[in-house]
Amino acid sequence: MAIRAQPVSGLRGAGIFACALVLCATLGPLVAVAVRAEAPGGLGPADWAAIRFTLIQAALSAVFATLLAVPVARALARRRFPGRGALITLLGAPFLLPVIVAVLGLLAVFGRNGWVNHGLIAVGLAPIDIYGLPGVVLAHVFLNLPLAVRLLLQAWLAVPSERIRLAASLGFRPADMRRHIETALLWETLPGLLLLIFLICTTSFAVALILGGGPRATTVELAIYQAFRFEFDLGRAALLGLVQVALCLGAGALAFRFVRLARFGGGLDRAPHPWPGDSAARRVADGVVLLLATVFLLLPLAAVAAKGVAPLPGLPPHVWEAAARSVAVALVSACLALALALPIAAFIARRTASGIVEAIGALGIAVSPLVIGTGAFILLFPLADPARLALPVTGAINALVALPFLLRALVPEMRSAMALYGPLAEALGMTAAQRLRHAILPRLKRPLGFGAGLAAAFSMGDLGVIALFSAPGQGTLPLEMYRLMGSYRTDDAQGAALLLMALTLAVFWLFDRSGRVHD
Amino acid sequence: MKHTIIATGLIATASMATADTPVLTVYTYDSFVSDWGPGPQIETAFEATCGCDLQFVGAGDGAALLARIRLEGARSAADVVLGLDTNLTAAARQTGLFAPHGMDPEGLTLPVEWTDDTFLPFDWGYFAFVHRTDMATVPTDFESLAASDARIVIQDPRSSTPGLGLLMWVDAAYGDGAGAIWSGLADNIVTVTPGWSEAYGLFLEGEADMVLSYTTSPAYHLIAEEDDGFAAAPFDEGHYMQVEVAGMLAGSDQPDLAAAFLDFMLTEAFQTVIPTTNWMYPAALPPSALPDGFDTLIVPSEALLLSPEAAADRRDAALATWQSALSQ
Repeated sequence: MAIRAQPVSGLRGAGIFACALVLCATLGPLVAVAVRAEAPGGLGPADWAAIRFTLIQAALSAVFATLLAVPVARALARRRFPGRGALITLLGAPFLLPVIVAVLGLLAVFGRNGWVNHGLIAVGLAPIDIYGLPGVVLAHVFLNLPLAVRLLLQAWLAVPSERIRLAASLGFRPADMRRHIETALLWETLPGLLLLIFLICTTSFAVALILGGGPRATTVELAIYQAFRFEFDLGRAALLGLVQVALCLGAGALAFRFVRLARFGGGLDRAPHPWPGDSAARRVADGVVLLLATVFLLLPLAAVAAKGVAPLPGLPPHVWEAAARSVAVALVSACLALALALPIAAFIARRTASGIVEAIGALGIAVSPLVIGTGAFILLFPLADPARLALPVTGAINALVALPFLLRALVPEMRSAMALYGPLAEALGMTAAQRLRHAILPRLKRPLGFGAGLAAAFSMGDLGVIALFSAPGQGTLPLEMYRLMGSYRTDDAQGAALLLMALTLAVFWLFDRSGRVHD
Repeated sequence: MKHTIIATGLIATASMATADTPVLTVYTYDSFVSDWGPGPQIETAFEATCGCDLQFVGAGDGAALLARIRLEGARSAADVVLGLDTNLTAAARQTGLFAPHGMDPEGLTLPVEWTDDTFLPFDWGYFAFVHRTDMATVPTDFESLAASDARIVIQDPRSSTPGLGLLMWVDAAYGDGAGAIWSGLADNIVTVTPGWSEAYGLFLEGEADMVLSYTTSPAYHLIAEEDDGFAAAPFDEGHYMQVEVAGMLAGSDQPDLAAAFLDFMLTEAFQTVIPTTNWMYPAALPPSALPDGFDTLIVPSEALLLSPEAAADRRDAALATWQSALSQ
């Protein structure tokens, strides 16, 4: 017992420290805003309407994105074909784009003047109008389906190939695979995934407003904007920020009640074994699913790319400088995210009831970016010139935002690695550091690469924090793109959007690639 | 080695010069500081005369600018705030953070009289619905727009200054009838965007027939893109104005430079930059000095503008009307 206590408490200490850091970084700004408030605000009927709409659209978006992701992830997990790796990276793109770029791409396809409507009118059918709740849900599915697919794909690929080999030798049919393997992995993954996407959609602002068609589609985040910008009522902004936290904790408690841990045991990291019970019909079905998903996710990106190609070479030098700054911030953000995520994941993985801890991790996406930014500004302003801190703060806040995604990918694999090698490591008397280096980290390459890529991509696309802290000569690429749009330079803005899309994808791909095993 | 020493000497001289040069910090909105905005040219022109280092800090749009100043309070590094409009100046004045300009501006060419002792205008424009010239029937007022099947995209008054301007436009033109106008417009509105950029982008992508912008927007397409395919629709009710202003902060550590900047703001060197960078009317330049192309723009029959106090009074009621009419 005495031998064991040492490494465990060291890891636990780091986990608790990282959790506390995250709590301070997310709730601290909220408290700072509340303290600056002059009078306590109250929630009016309009706020309740906003909360209702926020819940409805986020729930619908989460359900559709997650359910649609299941067949896509399954098809990607079971099929091997040339260009599969590239396709997986490309399919992730919508999730990584700044919202306004994604929305313009989506509207180029599904908008009133979009390709779909041109097609419908050409064959004599009535055009579609997506503005309203359908548009909001469509956009959220477009933005979040890639994330759902990636996280589910991780779960599928985490099934040790030895289990699949065993299933094949036992003559499992598709129904058996579903019952014994796929159902179990879905129970472990889906609740957390639903929660994540639900939370992302609760802080949605621009998508809900642009595609929602008007004040009917007011979300809590927009109400915060109103409180902050229109009324300068910091009390109400803080109160609404608290509502978001309450939604997050409530949804977290609900989601983790349904998590069932899958126990596949460990494997020897051998190359994947073909999925058993693979019929020709199944192969065709998977092909169709992949084709549909590709068309849905890539057409809007193609629209963005098509419009950006011509102006790209003529972009002025300061746009390229901004691009370099953005890449630097992205790299810092990725490192920070990993440093936070590893101890927290280790901490979570050691316990069975981890809902609250994981909810703490999820706060980074549940707390309004505007509130975090404003709070950080209030906290930092007396200490230092906020303008000097614009880039570091952007990197740090986006590391926080990426944290829940990292945890989602890390925790299951960490858990199985610990369950499998924990006893052996203990018997060998390995210290926490040795254990991490030799037994745990090698098995976490895939989620670590993916998570670092996400953190980097989020920072690349960030527009919220940088806009609040902006300083002369510190503009990032999204900010420059937005300034171009604001100066009528729509063509150059489209070029910058393409550059941003390409760079974000490249940064994500580099990290993700470094973590890939056997595919 | 010799080069290194010379270089070190040069750098030392340069940094000494920087240390001696006073810095004037001007907070403004984002598009003002972009390379295509007025910022860079104005910086060069002012620095040529002031013996100072003029630094523009972009902080979102007009409303974000005011929020930033309020957050920073008396400790703000800003000496001058440039880019608020008259819908925001009442709230800005109430903060007590601004100092009177103490000037008697001459040669203002605004269509309205200017008596504000704290804020000085630097440019202005009329809000208008902009459309492509191939639009079949162009509405001539809000009623005919509501009756038509024209599709429009507007900005949210809660997050955008043009959105707030439209709110005030309908309120100034129709008063108690504003609710009926908004109800009538509800089925024309394709969508409401967070800011001007998104709305104008959607319009250019063909998502709407008209977009809320300025009567000067077609001048951009005409002059910068040589495209005469855009126009602003003249409305019989008259057009609400946006007057963009600047003011100096009471807590400025460079009050003389700040006053010199406000003075410079109304001279030709500043004013001639505005039309083709900010695409607005300069506040102190006769129409004859405007660039070619501005003469093709519509001139509204009547200029509407609520006083800053009236705008602040009407704002919440007008927003409630807007929200309830469009939430049906």
